[in-house]
Amino acid sequence: MIKFSEEKLKKVSEIIQRYPEGKQKSALLPVLHLAQDEFGGWLDTPVMDYVATLLSIEPIEVYEVASFYSMYNLKPVGKYLFEVCQTGPCMINGSDDIIGYIKTKLNIGVGETTADGLFTLKTVECLGACGYAPMMQLGKTYREHLTKEKVDAIVAECRSKAN
Amino acid sequence: MADEIKTFKVTIDNITIDVPAGTTVLNAARQIGGDVAPPAMCYYSKLQGSGGKCRTCLVEVAAGSTADPRPMPKLVASCRTTVMDGMVVKNITSEKVKDARAGVVEFLLLNHPLDCPICDQAGECHLQDLGYEHGKEGTRYEFPRRTFEKEDIGPYIQLHMTRCILCYRCTYVADQLTDKRVHGILDRGEHAEISTYISKAVDNEFSGNMIDVCPVGALTDKTFRFKNRVWFTKPVDAHRTCDTPGCCGNTTLWLRGEEVFRVTARKDEWGEVKSYEGKPGWICNTCRFDKKKTSDWTIEGVTKVNRHSVISQGKYEGLVMPKETVQEVMGGRAPKLLMNIHDESEVNDPKIQLSEINGPAHAENFKN
Amino acid sequence: MAKKLLLDKAHVPGIRSYEVYRKEGGYRSVEKAFRLTPAEIVEEVKLSGLRGRGGAGFPTGMKWSFLAKPEGVPRYLVCNADESEPGTFKDRYLMEFIPHLLIEGMIVASFALGSNVSYIYIRGEYAWIADILENAIDEAKQNGWVGKNILGTGFNFELYVQRGAGAYICGEETALIESLEGKRGNPRIKPPFPAVKGLWDCPTVVNNVETLAAVVPIINEGGEAYAKIGVGKSTGTKLISACGNINKPGIYEIDMTISVEDFIFSDEYCGGIPNGKRLKACIPGGSSVPILPANLLLTTAKGEKRMMNYESLSDGGFATGSMMGSGGFIVLDEDQCIVRNTMTLARFYHHESCGQCSPCREGTGWMERILKKIESGKGEMKDIDLLWDIQRKIEGNTICPLGDAAAWPVAAAIRHFRDEFEWHVQHPDKCLTENFGLRHYADPIHVAVTA
Repeated sequence: MIKFSEEKLKKVSEIIQRYPEGKQKSALLPVLHLAQDEFGGWLDTPVMDYVATLLSIEPIEVYEVASFYSMYNLKPVGKYLFEVCQTGPCMINGSDDIIGYIKTKLNIGVGETTADGLFTLKTVECLGACGYAPMMQLGKTYREHLTKEKVDAIVAECRSKAN
Repeated sequence: MADEIKTFKVTIDNITIDVPAGTTVLNAARQIGGDVAPPAMCYYSKLQGSGGKCRTCLVEVAAGSTADPRPMPKLVASCRTTVMDGMVVKNITSEKVKDARAGVVEFLLLNHPLDCPICDQAGECHLQDLGYEHGKEGTRYEFPRRTFEKEDIGPYIQLHMTRCILCYRCTYVADQLTDKRVHGILDRGEHAEISTYISKAVDNEFSGNMIDVCPVGALTDKTFRFKNRVWFTKPVDAHRTCDTPGCCGNTTLWLRGEEVFRVTARKDEWGEVKSYEGKPGWICNTCRFDKKKTSDWTIEGVTKVNRHSVISQGKYEGLVMPKETVQEVMGGRAPKLLMNIHDESEVNDPKIQLSEINGPAHAENFKN
Repeated sequence: MAKKLLLDKAHVPGIRSYEVYRKEGGYRSVEKAFRLTPAEIVEEVKLSGLRGRGGAGFPTGMKWSFLAKPEGVPRYLVCNADESEPGTFKDRYLMEFIPHLLIEGMIVASFALGSNVSYIYIRGEYAWIADILENAIDEAKQNGWVGKNILGTGFNFELYVQRGAGAYICGEETALIESLEGKRGNPRIKPPFPAVKGLWDCPTVVNNVETLAAVVPIINEGGEAYAKIGVGKSTGTKLISACGNINKPGIYEIDMTISVEDFIFSDEYCGGIPNGKRLKACIPGGSSVPILPANLLLTTAKGEKRMMNYESLSDGGFATGSMMGSGGFIVLDEDQCIVRNTMTLARFYHHESCGQCSPCREGTGWMERILKKIESGKGEMKDIDLLWDIQRKIEGNTICPLGDAAAWPVAAAIRHFRDEFEWHVQHPDKCLTENFGLRHYADPIHVAVTA
């Protein structure tokens, strides 16, 4: 049974209060973020159906939105999602090398997850950190000015946290 | 004094007419008719909110209005632009429009499978017409064409996503005609697709109208699938007393002899469902899918088909069924299967979907 | 040293917190604004000549005066913090380090526009900044700047932060509104404009973060004083986010009287190009604006020094000029490959196209594929002309400006660097291992002298 904790449910109703009456669909993006955080880092169909029920909208309205925005994962991802920017300014500063290094280091391709389920590598488009390139998003934060050494440190940090 | 309806004077391709304020450029052009009316692939006058997306109806506004006669800097979508008094519009008299439209047609056909020979929409397809009128003979696209995973959306409607041009009309039908929309637009950009996401059956009482509004062969009638080509059938206007609230009961039956191959709503000259007493003549799924006997219907007469349509080229005079040529030349005997080609050759293996092959099919496409 | 209006307090320790911000003179503009009528505030903003800092450069005061005010219908102010244009990261800096400046500007703007509930729509990836903003709003609320009957004026005001979820297109104001309504970020077909029918069909103003922050100094110092800074129609200060091959990437506040050359090479700003490399090209206003080779970047076709302001950057039109855009300043040194750079930008727009209208949905992917083909040494000469034709057929023919934004970088790259594209085609092997280099791109351009 998919259900938010009481605390998260309170948060959902708080979010809904931000909009005029009857406009609770506006809460869809924030609630999907909550759901993805709560239910394993991705949005399985029953999770989306649950969100639809919470907001009194049709499930298809949730699928349409969830599949539009790149931050919602519709397939399972590793515990640590490396989202490396590859757009112009990052490319100029060597993002291709960083992506290549992560691939070799973790022995996975772009879009793949390591066998232990710890890491997923994704390439993404501009995340608004062009002056601190190359960079990647990891969870809620950015890791910037990446070098091979920094990647090593980040991987080690994730591994130790996972243990 | 009764409320006077304000009218605006608008000139399109040098023809001036008066139309009520609030009329769109496209509808004003349709009142003039002929070539002056821009093609429209996504706009549908009976579906609120439709239009603006396909960009085939772009026109040049050479003068905004009498009050402000400046030209508009960009071409505008005529389906979503309302006329102003004294507006001057150029459609086919504008080189810019012709150039942009050729571009839009190329874009629309870029990933289209061009599988007209196996498409049920052929002969009544707006994209075929558009390509014929405004397209080029070849494509400049040399990359693999986009394909989608096949999705079954129930017993009535066949979804062929590769043919879809994302006009959104079917989603408006679901929103405005049915109590619950179960399909929609998923993903984004060039991966955007019509889908239910969970292969759910689209079986609402009015869902069949999605087939009628689809400008291409993306949504076709499953009960008619591969049964016949539209130009070999005879369309007749018919009606029945239908109990379904909201169903007008006025249809076109597509016949061959006494056999009803298909039932559709009646269409006007723009390919849209006709209106009755100001209301769009949508039909219910019972009329469309269940009433497949001529005895279910009162036949009014032969449907008037534009003489430029391939449907009017069928040598099907009146209601008399043409002779079945094969039987005639064989002296009445039914043909006998001498050999099943698929037992002898791998080529054209029916298990292989031609629409999923990029470019022309070669022998290796059929080798397992 | 140029006058700073937005970042003057950026380096005060703890400026992120309410106490420090207030002590440094924060929220004075709100006190002043409440002594004015909404119409007077709009007038000040008009006087200031402030132009939208999101990229289009439309006069803000004018935008505000277009807002419809039907009786009994709520009006909304929405802050566009969906900063996503490659090269642009200035709004992030403002929100991350001086969140109260944005909140202060939004209170004043909301009062002027009559918006009792306003929203900050922030790109989903800036998750931690959304938290910073929410904390700051809480602080403002505790101190009576947000909430019911602010400072006893009778003005009720709530401010909420809404996170997007990864879609560049939501920076387009009508797509942003759709997204805020919980829908796919498909831009709306205009008219109607948001000023008449925006959020939940109510009159709405959507303004960029920097624009709203600029309202604070405008009210504090007066519109007229603000207009005196800068030059011509480029009034006030502008934040530039500089990146690429420069020694000091980061955010700079300029007063629009500095030359492009000084901006790149002076120690006060970008500090020149690393490793002694030479300047090859620059995209001065975010990835969608035309790229310029070094010679046209530093000197206009008329032979004048090019300055960092709206007029000078666009001098010469698209033939020989570019645009101020969002202020995303991307510098490319002599080792950069224009074809590859253009390919990544095309890939970006392809990835971000919403797919609603045909030219952008189909054309962006097509351009990316051809650029990839050329970049990987498989291109043919006809591909360059084809690219030109595709971008031409996208530009101006789409629902929203993303089509133009996708077309312009490709057009400008071919316009100014055609020989580099041709070199790629002619040297299919060499182009995989080496770059075309600087060649003649920094050579002075002959200017015809008119009698």
